[in-house]
Amino acid sequence: MMWLLFGYFATVSIVAGVLTVSLRNAVHCSLALLTLLLHMAGLFVLLNSEFLAMVQIIVYAGAILILYLFVLMLLSLKTEEQHLHKKYAFMVFGGMFIFVELLIFLLQSPFGGKKGEATPEVILQTDHSHAIGLTMFSDYLLLFEIVGIFLLGAVIGAIVLTKAPTKPENGHSTSTAIS
Amino acid sequence: MAIQQVRQFPNDPTTMIPLSAYVFVSAVLFMTGLIGVLVRRNFIIVLMSVEIMLNAANINLVAFSHYLDSLAGQLAALFIIAIAAGEAAVGLAIIIVVFRGKMATNVDEINILKW
Repeated sequence: MMWLLFGYFATVSIVAGVLTVSLRNAVHCSLALLTLLLHMAGLFVLLNSEFLAMVQIIVYAGAILILYLFVLMLLSLKTEEQHLHKKYAFMVFGGMFIFVELLIFLLQSPFGGKKGEATPEVILQTDHSHAIGLTMFSDYLLLFEIVGIFLLGAVIGAIVLTKAPTKPENGHSTSTAIS
Repeated sequence: MAIQQVRQFPNDPTTMIPLSAYVFVSAVLFMTGLIGVLVRRNFIIVLMSVEIMLNAANINLVAFSHYLDSLAGQLAALFIIAIAAGEAAVGLAIIIVVFRGKMATNVDEINILKW
């Protein structure tokens, strides 16, 4: 049963990833990416991390992907005849080369490591999100704050970038002439 | 169904999926995203391929955190999701600005900074 679920989620996510890269229409690509993200949430559930699966669905599929679709609709791109790079065979070869290198490293790896304390029995005593929250707000508090500051910077940056350009005043150039 | 029955215990050998299976899926997805970044010409789809690569890294982190009984990997995956959200926002804002000026999202035509 576990293998069936794993095979389903893994196969569909890989196929959706390939479709995302290879489809011609950009909206179809983003729909394939949506499939990929949802099935990856299934993989997270198989790995006993339900909280992360929910975050994946809410943040990735619900926010980031909608942002992508929104921008696609806003720009109203026409489908190009040549959607791939001219010398794409070289690029695919390079990607394959890196993949083979990765596999060689992985096959040599013992996959060993020191076990932590958060065994499933320990987590089951309270809750998964409870355990995640306790760890996040004790050991990783600084990282949490840094991510908060980063998100604030990203929001301000996005707003400043997409502000409609103002008319340059005659005489001296304004600093908002980005576009 | 009680959650104890749904959960998969890693020390149960009958239902155990080896860690290398997850790592293999993650490697294949990472390769897909990398090729997408290199091959596609539309800037938005290049950003989508970056998202695929980030997701592949996430699977790796969560799988190792599951098999090593630690929460550190899952926390790292959460932070990666947050960073991906910020990256998508800023990247799409840059696309909109460039599109306003040049009417192009093709990465070969965006070469204002080239000299």
